[in-house]
Amino acid sequence: MTATEHTADHAHDIFADEDAYAAERETTEGRVYTVTGGDWDELVAAVDPVNDERLIVNLGPQHPSTHGVLRLVCELEGETVRSLRPVIGYLHTGIEKNLEYRTWTQGCTFVTRADYLSPIFNETGYCLAVEKLLDVTVPERANVIRVIMMELNRIASHLVALATTGMELGALSMMIYGFRDREKVLDIFEAITGLRMNMAYVRPGGVAQDFPEEAITMIRDFLEYMPKGLDDYEGLLTGNAIWQERTQGVGYLDVSGCLALGVTGPVLRSAGLPWDLRKTEPYCGYEDYDFDVPTHNGADAWARYILRLEEIRESLKIIKQGLDRLEPGPIMVADKKIAWPAQLALGADGMGNSLNHIRHIMSQSMEALIHHFKLVTEGFRVPAGQVYTAIEAPRGELGIHAVSDGGTRPFRIHMRDPSFVNLQAIPAVSEGGLLADVIAGGASLDPVMGGCDR
Amino acid sequence: MSGEIQPVGQEAQGLFGVTGSGDTSGFGGLVRPNPTAGELVSTPEPLGGYFDEILAALRDAHGEEITRSVVVDRGELTIYIAPDRTAEVCRTMRDDESLKFELCNSVSGVDYPTQANRLHVVYHLTSMTYRRRVRLETAVSVDHPVVASVTEVYPTADWQEREAYDMFGVVFDGHPHLTRILMPDDWEGHPQRKDYPLGGIDVEYKGAHIPPPDERRAYK
Repeated sequence: MTATEHTADHAHDIFADEDAYAAERETTEGRVYTVTGGDWDELVAAVDPVNDERLIVNLGPQHPSTHGVLRLVCELEGETVRSLRPVIGYLHTGIEKNLEYRTWTQGCTFVTRADYLSPIFNETGYCLAVEKLLDVTVPERANVIRVIMMELNRIASHLVALATTGMELGALSMMIYGFRDREKVLDIFEAITGLRMNMAYVRPGGVAQDFPEEAITMIRDFLEYMPKGLDDYEGLLTGNAIWQERTQGVGYLDVSGCLALGVTGPVLRSAGLPWDLRKTEPYCGYEDYDFDVPTHNGADAWARYILRLEEIRESLKIIKQGLDRLEPGPIMVADKKIAWPAQLALGADGMGNSLNHIRHIMSQSMEALIHHFKLVTEGFRVPAGQVYTAIEAPRGELGIHAVSDGGTRPFRIHMRDPSFVNLQAIPAVSEGGLLADVIAGGASLDPVMGGCDR
Repeated sequence: MSGEIQPVGQEAQGLFGVTGSGDTSGFGGLVRPNPTAGELVSTPEPLGGYFDEILAALRDAHGEEITRSVVVDRGELTIYIAPDRTAEVCRTMRDDESLKFELCNSVSGVDYPTQANRLHVVYHLTSMTYRRRVRLETAVSVDHPVVASVTEVYPTADWQEREAYDMFGVVFDGHPHLTRILMPDDWEGHPQRKDYPLGGIDVEYKGAHIPPPDERRAYK
């Protein structure tokens, strides 16, 4: 049957003879319904209430409200979720294995793609691990730049969390506003690094290139703009009765539950424990910044919503202080055996090796050419040993377990990604609740499957 | 070189660690030992700081021989323990008043192909009360890769142990549901082991062939 026939006189037949949306078939394990749309009440009415008390519904892996390619197998009794099993791995790309076949510097290009909403955090966590193995200290300016970039990234990530949660709960304006304002952060990233996402900007020993002049202006404009945006979101959602109904008391997970399940980040702080690695185990000079760690006692989706808004305000404070602390200086360690040799500059065809550097290595210094070539192709050697570094990513603790065998490539990198660990809590926050609250509770955990599956 | 999987973590020869091509540097006779092979050397005690307190509390609870080896490197404490005792050690680490490691951050595997017990499982624990971190490490052989599961103590280890099983083939005794988690259920092999090839195809560009990443020249 072709499409044109459908739309013409046969249109009514589809619904009369068979349900185009909910096809059913008998299997050895019972009757199986494949639901792709249509009316839920009609489907439930078709289920024999005596013999089929429990309905197993497969959400995802391709469904907008499952936050990427996440599959949830729910066992329902009516609308109540009796059990829920998350199935992951659909976005596994073997990043950890690939890292073992690239140099330490090339690793940045891979780790940045894990949790695609917080690329700067992946890079910084990885580079902190490499720097700990190398025992080098990055210059002050590089640290401040990292902090500014991380906090901008935290805002962008929290905006996506708010936007997608809004979308999933029917507050579509929040989705539009959230993505619109995240775009402003991505514009800043593009001006600084050349890329909106996956920038591989933070490198072992510092950062790839210095802030361009317009970046400071753009960030200051953003600092000016963002508080108004936050007021807008609060005006839209906080007093909204539907939003309150959908989030308050939903997705409850208290401190002991969080600790048992290893859940960190905003979800842990929404349960009242002020555990933030920026305060408890400072890195990149966070101990010198004046900011608060917001907490809430609700331990539900509402508390996490309030908390993310608060954290954006704190991030704005940190960025402002970072801009004030930005002193001229090097952005890469002085050791030329580690620092990437190319001096990047803007040319007629975009960002690339600076012409001065090319002139130097191609016509002035044979040794500079050899050094450039060797460092780029061979990489630098990292003393053998293992370290674990942890940073506070937007979703919780991002840990990097790095093992070196003394070679030019990582021997093993393990990313302890907060999405992976936090996602284990989905059954705990949704079993016993309603099916609709699975989406609200799951969204409040803010899982990103790129980081979860790596 | 083509078709041969580059061994990782083994001793390197020559100045650049490259084999199969003529050495013109004059340093072809250099041999750098493999730092990851051989016996573990413990750091002499006392270790300083809170490290000694952790060891004392552990030895009080489980006897002197519970710590097979103790290494302090780059300010981090690593305690090597027996694979069948991880669960009881973790219970002490969590419940002992002087330890209180409430959070199990990470469970990951590492494959050291030159060692007899080549599959290592590494646990990173955090005490939020005392703001301390510690690393527990245990090693098993490929023939008998059984480690006691810590899911009873730290439920968060559930998925992470499944990942270590999936990627390294370490079997966690006592895990409620040890199945693959990232790879498909019917996958063969354990991808993160060093003898498991990365895979890939060579790419032709203007007549030149670029081999897949695991067959390219590697500098050790």
